[in-house]
Amino acid sequence: MNLLSVSHLHVNFHMKEQELAALIDVSFTLNRGERIAIVGESGAGKSVLGFSIVNLIGKPGYIKSGSIKLENKEITKMNLRQLQEVRGKRIAMIFQDPMMTLNPVLTIGDQLVETIRSHTKISYKDARNIAIEKLHHVQIASPEKRFDQYPHELSGGMRQRVIIASVLLLNPDIIIADEPTTALDVTIQAEILQLLLAICRDNGVALVLISHDLGVVSKVAERTLVMYAGHVVEEGPTLEIINDPQHPYTQGLLNALPQMTLPGQRLNQIRGSMPSLAERPSGCAFHPRCPYATQKCRQEQPRFIYSGVSSVACFLVEDMLNEFADKDKEAS
Amino acid sequence: MLIFLLRRVMQACFVMIIISLISFAIQDKLGDPVQQMVGMSVSQDERNQIRNELGLNDGFFLQYWRFAEGAIHGDLGTSYYYKEPALDVILEKLPATLELAFCSILLVILVATPCGVLAAIKPKHILSRLLMIISSIGLSVPIFIVAILMVYIFSIELNMAPSFGRGQTVEIFGLWESGLFTKDGLKHLLLPSLTLAIALMPIFVRLIRAEMMEVLQSEYIRFAWSKGLSARRIYFKHALKNTMLPVITVGGIQAGTLVAYTILTETIFQWPGMGFLFMDAVSRVDTPLVSAYLIVVGGIFVITNTFVDLIYGLVNPTVRLASHGL
Repeated sequence: MNLLSVSHLHVNFHMKEQELAALIDVSFTLNRGERIAIVGESGAGKSVLGFSIVNLIGKPGYIKSGSIKLENKEITKMNLRQLQEVRGKRIAMIFQDPMMTLNPVLTIGDQLVETIRSHTKISYKDARNIAIEKLHHVQIASPEKRFDQYPHELSGGMRQRVIIASVLLLNPDIIIADEPTTALDVTIQAEILQLLLAICRDNGVALVLISHDLGVVSKVAERTLVMYAGHVVEEGPTLEIINDPQHPYTQGLLNALPQMTLPGQRLNQIRGSMPSLAERPSGCAFHPRCPYATQKCRQEQPRFIYSGVSSVACFLVEDMLNEFADKDKEAS
Repeated sequence: MLIFLLRRVMQACFVMIIISLISFAIQDKLGDPVQQMVGMSVSQDERNQIRNELGLNDGFFLQYWRFAEGAIHGDLGTSYYYKEPALDVILEKLPATLELAFCSILLVILVATPCGVLAAIKPKHILSRLLMIISSIGLSVPIFIVAILMVYIFSIELNMAPSFGRGQTVEIFGLWESGLFTKDGLKHLLLPSLTLAIALMPIFVRLIRAEMMEVLQSEYIRFAWSKGLSARRIYFKHALKNTMLPVITVGGIQAGTLVAYTILTETIFQWPGMGFLFMDAVSRVDTPLVSAYLIVVGGIFVITNTFVDLIYGLVNPTVRLASHGL
């Protein structure tokens, strides 16, 4: 059985004048110990997807339909108490900006111990020992001293380590990391990423890494989901997607990565920008920016099909596959 | 910590000098005290003689110097009416006012905090909406109307509590006359402190609500939810502590407003405190008493704000560091 399976998830934002769809028919699965990445531009719905897994989308967002199953338990149907048992203990989250994630008026120790003690009945002293052990585990020097300090006394990288330690406290099955290195210094980014990767690998924790950085993703994730305007447009093994992207959007993203081979060349970029939720175009949402868009793309929503390399939602790929199939028929 | 306190004391001295200067400067603008002291039959020469004896004909700065010199030794002049040191007259009335202020602050904290929190976490609940309406009415109704309504409803119609005076008091350590320990005293305290609390409550309910709503939007609250903490812990430990930071600061500033309101409240309820005394002193042109009152109130204000800053430092860990650094 899959550890986590999300199927046909629709998330809407209930605005005063209209309903805006933030996620449209999103499906994916996650196995125990597997590491997947969700990539896309800002506004693609990556974070919303991450938060909806633990049903923590801020208002006015809500899960409209679809299912999110943790083993055989349906998360979308849980009440607050049941959700609280899942959050932190089974599925833990790491947020983007470590400067904003820790409560400024509580000590590091307080914030670690409360996580343990709200899920398991153990003494403060035992909880403190676990917390210090985990701080040690994420390579924080003199954890006993840090335990009594406040967040503002720590650097950004150190705070993200504390957050990773706090996520590890209850040995969760899944860690959802929402751009865990974006707010950090480049040199520290690599360290934190290494740490996160090592921890997931060593403890068999499944990871959902949300990122817009394909470089980061290629180092960490086994599988990748590419999102665009609330849709998953391509899904497959990370290596395949990076070496042989099928969807024009994925190709565009990869082209936009700075190459160090040719000096003086302009950076490639995808023309235009992602539509806002209110102005989603008809048909394939990517068509206004797609160099290969046809009449069909403007009118119909492409199905999700397996291309042989990855699963893609694109008519271009679909037509090509059909052509091959026809040729095969002719040949035989 | 020591440096912080030293700086505070220096600031306080500076503030007190300014206050004393102002309160002294208004002395000769209030009217002629000699006129109030003597009868119609006293001749102009005799009046001049009294003026000379009191030093009222000297230059302003000489008079102020004399006043300041006395003030440092705890002598704020002698009340013309009571013929006693002005400071003693005021300090005798201080317990009554402090008890009144203390009870109303307690009421404000105990009522406004839960109301503000409720209005923030359940903004669409009928009770929250009702609270918002009541608080905006409360903000716009002047305190003397509240006081008169209180007297009308609770004393005259319901006959639940007396409408004037302090009732029975007991002496503590021979220094402090307290009404907090007798049933009669507490009964008398009810209406004035409630009135005073009602005057301040709307601001605090609204402030706590607005701050709390903002805090609840922050990333660390979302992170707390993602850790699976209970709602109670998130609201009352994670959110409330952050909410209280600006509220504490405003609370310190409102201490000044509270003093202003005690004058009105004490006058309406005939509460034998400093405010009531002040009104009397003004109408009697008892200028030493008026300036002594202003100085004492200024002192209370400075002390409260120092305390507020200390409390703020205890709640907000980043301030503690700053006070070390400076």
